[in-house]
Amino acid sequence: MAGLLRDRSRRTPSVDTTAAGTDAATAPGFNMAHSPLLEVADLQVTFRGRVGTVYAVQGVNFNVEPGQTLAVIGESGSGKTVTAQAVMGLLPPSAQVSGSIRFKGQQLIGLSEQQLRDYRGRNVAMVFQNPERSLNPVMRIGTQITEAVRSHFAFDRQQAHDRAIELLRLVRVPAPARRFYEYPHQLSGGMRQRVLIAIALACEPEVLIADEATTALDVTTQAQIMNLLLDLQQQLGTALVMISHDLGLAATYARDVIVMYAGKVVERAPTDVLFGGVRMPYTRALLQAIPRIELEPHVLLPIVSGRPPDLTTVPAGCPFAPRCPDVQPDCREEAPPLREHEAGRWWACWHPCGKEPAT
Amino acid sequence: MTGSANGAAQPAVGGDVLLEVRNLVQEFVLRDFGGAKGGVLQAVSDVSFELHVGETLGIVGETGSGKSTLARSVIQAPPPKHGEVIFAGQDLVHLPRSALKSARRNLQMVFQDPFTSLDPRWTVSQLVAEPLIAYAVGSREQRRERVHALLELVGMDPARYGKRRPRELSGGQCQRVAIARALALEPRLILCDEPVSSLDVLVQAQVLNLFEKLRADLGLSYLFIAHDLALVKQVSDRVAVMYLGKLCEIGPVREIYREPLHPYTLALLNSIPSPDPAAEKRGTDSVISGELPSPLDPPSGCRFRTRCPRAQERCAVEVPEMRALGDGHLVACHFPLSSERPGAALGTQPDAVVATVADGQVSAG
Repeated sequence: MAGLLRDRSRRTPSVDTTAAGTDAATAPGFNMAHSPLLEVADLQVTFRGRVGTVYAVQGVNFNVEPGQTLAVIGESGSGKTVTAQAVMGLLPPSAQVSGSIRFKGQQLIGLSEQQLRDYRGRNVAMVFQNPERSLNPVMRIGTQITEAVRSHFAFDRQQAHDRAIELLRLVRVPAPARRFYEYPHQLSGGMRQRVLIAIALACEPEVLIADEATTALDVTTQAQIMNLLLDLQQQLGTALVMISHDLGLAATYARDVIVMYAGKVVERAPTDVLFGGVRMPYTRALLQAIPRIELEPHVLLPIVSGRPPDLTTVPAGCPFAPRCPDVQPDCREEAPPLREHEAGRWWACWHPCGKEPAT
Repeated sequence: MTGSANGAAQPAVGGDVLLEVRNLVQEFVLRDFGGAKGGVLQAVSDVSFELHVGETLGIVGETGSGKSTLARSVIQAPPPKHGEVIFAGQDLVHLPRSALKSARRNLQMVFQDPFTSLDPRWTVSQLVAEPLIAYAVGSREQRRERVHALLELVGMDPARYGKRRPRELSGGQCQRVAIARALALEPRLILCDEPVSSLDVLVQAQVLNLFEKLRADLGLSYLFIAHDLALVKQVSDRVAVMYLGKLCEIGPVREIYREPLHPYTLALLNSIPSPDPAAEKRGTDSVISGELPSPLDPPSGCRFRTRCPRAQERCAVEVPEMRALGDGHLVACHFPLSSERPGAALGTQPDAVVATVADGQVSAG
């Protein structure tokens, strides 16, 4: 882990100037009234590999306010996890990052590994998708939590132990004093995810990023974990960024939603406004493709054909144009910028749906 | 291309019984160090159901509820410990090996992970031709034509994809190949074990529509296993709910979703996040607490009682029998949710919900 980001800190400043900043004019904060906790502006992440350059994230802008619940929605390969990793400073050295990620005004791109270590955990923490792979199988649960606690606070052994028990109690693990001495394989998937949340909360972060944190769990366990996260958020005032492919999860639990496609944000709105009537045909396609409990059996779902674009090239037009049912000739010529068309509603589309074309 | 929202023909429910499972029990012996018997895990416990020709039976339940073991017991891989599996009039459990092989022609399976269920070194054409070769169907030329036809049936261009290997395909395309393989021998029943769980939502919709199209065109029956209740509703005529190896409830899809009788079914329905924020916001209270108990030591009486909000003393003592409450709607519960709480699962007016969804589609399209 150590040293992964060192050479990036040397590389980044020179790359910074090459940012293609097409949306730069519209980039600054969505809500300038109060300063955001986390401010991501024109974030671009590219990977250079043998197959060529992969443009994984192409100019992403968003802010996270204190105590906010933000859902980032997209299919696999849409760049949502890479964005989260960039915010955490966890990208591999092959990644080239440009743009700006500010936490309380402090620029994170270009920080050294030591500075990043200090920033991670205390300010922004992350819960990963796969609890089996995120926990060390040969270390007791308690040791893994105290390790996180003692790396950021000058606690002695006993204090760290007490804090770990307190954290386990906070995430509602039954019999925390006994669980402290157990190994990950002795816990169920839901319990392991609770332990990971406890580790993430160990340093009382101000932003908690949950990257598909409930995807591997059953629906009943998913509901338990989501309710836990929301309770903790209210209790501790943490901002929660949920990264998910599940629009239903976003609709049920998030206050604001960002929809990503092919490395770009294509729509952003408060949850109730977004689901009241989507503007971007991609979001509509996602929404219509979900089997819903309200629908009658054997109803065919409206589908869009094709697959997400290859990210090794940047298309001239809108990335969704080849699959879009409402595509017009101008969609293929110029990529629509993400703009605030109505108060609080942002979308990147020349011909938004549910709206008469501007005359 | 957007498909029409109503194209599927209504299935012939109530036709002849294609598959009948009676009192099926599947057990696995656990071994401790040195091979000592460490306990018996009863993965499927006394499950009975019927599946009619042209029908889709959805099976839902959490991880560890025994859904996959049930499907594997049906195709005799491995055969169940007790009970009967009668497929098209033959009891598969007691068939000799050779007869079982020919019976399995009509009984195919599609698995969850298309990448691990396809041999990575084989080309798409070889993969689809394998079942034909195994059952010595037709000449080489006839098999080639059949592979062509099958790939076209599942929406893949044979000229373009026939020579590719699984790693050169996307997840959805791999699943289409797996479906083509399952269809190769013209089976009557396909057992689908979470066939779309690993796919992205847009691809998932494509594959689900393919299943619907094949059912209508070829008159297939499906045993469709999934953990997603909304998805199961989409494809099924009847739904069976499993919990810890036992069947809790089985019935026609509309009744199960409109008026669930088992508290576990209601809990599952309440756990689904809906993509419609206007749908009632749930409180923490409607989510069931706790975890699945260990199947090595299941609770006495009703297995759901440790998590059930309605549990009483009787539930700990007496195992609830399956009983019919309504037409073809069976439930194993001492205190079923009756009609005293109509529409308890989905808000009070299911019709109104359907109407808003339809409106949304009209305005969106």
